[in-house]
Amino acid sequence: MLLRLLGAIPTLLLVIVLAFLMVHAAPGGPFDDERVLPTDVAANIQAAYHLDEPLPQQFTRYMAGLLRGDLGPSYRYRDYTVSELIGSGFPISLQLGALAMALALLVGISSGTVAALKQGSMLDRVVMSFAMTGISIPVFVVAPVLVLLLAVKLQWLPAGWSGESGFAKFVLPVITLALPQIAYIARLTRASMIDVLGCDFIRTARSQGLGSKAIIRVHALKPAMLPVLSYMGPAIAAILTGTVVVEEVFGIPGLGQFFVRGALNRDYTLVLGIVIFYAALIISLNLVVDILYGFIDPRVRQR
Amino acid sequence: MKRSGGILLFVLVLAIIGPWLSPHDYLSTNFDDMLRSPGLSGLHLFGTDDLGRDLFVRTMLGIRVTLLVAVVASLVSLVIGVTYGAVAGYVGGRVDAVMMRFVDTLYALPFIFFVILLMVAFERNFLLIFVAIGAINWLDMARIVRGQTLSLREREFVSAARLMGVSTARIIFRHITPNLLGIVVVYVTLTIPQAILVESFLSFLGLGVQEPQTSLGALVDAGVNQMEGASWMLLIPAAVLALILMSFNFLGDAMRDFFDVRQTP
Repeated sequence: MLLRLLGAIPTLLLVIVLAFLMVHAAPGGPFDDERVLPTDVAANIQAAYHLDEPLPQQFTRYMAGLLRGDLGPSYRYRDYTVSELIGSGFPISLQLGALAMALALLVGISSGTVAALKQGSMLDRVVMSFAMTGISIPVFVVAPVLVLLLAVKLQWLPAGWSGESGFAKFVLPVITLALPQIAYIARLTRASMIDVLGCDFIRTARSQGLGSKAIIRVHALKPAMLPVLSYMGPAIAAILTGTVVVEEVFGIPGLGQFFVRGALNRDYTLVLGIVIFYAALIISLNLVVDILYGFIDPRVRQR
Repeated sequence: MKRSGGILLFVLVLAIIGPWLSPHDYLSTNFDDMLRSPGLSGLHLFGTDDLGRDLFVRTMLGIRVTLLVAVVASLVSLVIGVTYGAVAGYVGGRVDAVMMRFVDTLYALPFIFFVILLMVAFERNFLLIFVAIGAINWLDMARIVRGQTLSLREREFVSAARLMGVSTARIIFRHITPNLLGIVVVYVTLTIPQAILVESFLSFLGLGVQEPQTSLGALVDAGVNQMEGASWMLLIPAAVLALILMSFNFLGDAMRDFFDVRQTP
């Protein structure tokens, strides 16, 4: 466990160095516009953002700022620091992501379990073909099509974000984000549930006269959840990537939208800061999943 | 397996010869003929976009670009993954442990964000898209190839080669890699849809293929902006993209079952 924790630090460091070098190796500066600035003005801007210093010095400065939680000023959003922008966008993305994850786990696990119990039935086949479709079709295709259908044509749900109040505005973004994960989790649950239900200890439980519901709840669910748990890491990364698309389609002012705007405007510090933030988030959530795994599966803990 | 293969072949042939069958090209705008709905009039089979460009030809061009990027990116990931996995598996020992630990580390990284960073830092060019997408998809390939190599290196023909004094590099590339072919082919079929996803994701965000060139992702993006008045601009490229992705996934799944490659979680 401690080894994992120690392993996360060099990984994060690697991310920071790579991202920093990538941005600073870019040809042309962040202030190169069509309009050519007088040389002394350009030099002043360079100096104000410490871009005239040698690279190692810039890196030390950046790292020192990072430790204090200061990711530098945004190049495009004047008067805002990158940390302020992340602070304003992230809570919204977090809400979306957490809701989507909860929905994906709930629907994915229950439909996967049902499919495993009725293996080979019509219901099983319907769930599995839905799952294959859900895995194949990307979020940025599902999102606009759902908007077109449910918001523009049928007008059941709001298409946008701003000006809407209440829970309705969450429905479409969260469903869109959750769909591919529901599909993946349903497939995983079904496969591992079928495996577990074939095990000896389930037969023993059955021979003791336990009902099917009790067997699932008490004996089968926990071991069957292990593959799902180890999929949590990739799922978190996928949902984070998904929020970028969903926020773009629904016009939600979350972190993902700042990221895309930053990328299109060549706002180097903002993009760099968000990449580092995302990486730190994913690495620490993976760590949490690893630790949880040890709690649920005693075989891992003993090693 | 046959059906998905057939669909893919049909889409590929259509994308190659389709544009020649149409009187329109993908570039020329026509401001008297904007946002025409799909139909036979004016021979705009899929309608026109907001600049009056023929959507059929643009969709075909999009398929070409998307498939090209995906195939080349998959080849990049194949070369990196097979080399890395074969070396780690064959050399073994501490080298193997370190190399695979590195792969584990990379698994934890949000690669797509790095690709976007790369696209921002350097001008968006085609070559970079290929390399960047290929560079993020080689991890699974490396793992699977390593696993296979571990069992191959114990086989008699490898021992024989070693006994005859063949160099390590030659054993890896002349004796091990050819025997990995089956597994690699199956895995590439599963890598291609992933590469398609990444490319169209980037293009959808406006960070991938640039105008007047187009890809399916870029077409979906354009469709989103016009969906209230001209839903076909969204629905047609979205359906084509979904069809291609599903075909590749079904094909890859079927081939994996056929060759019985052990599924990695």
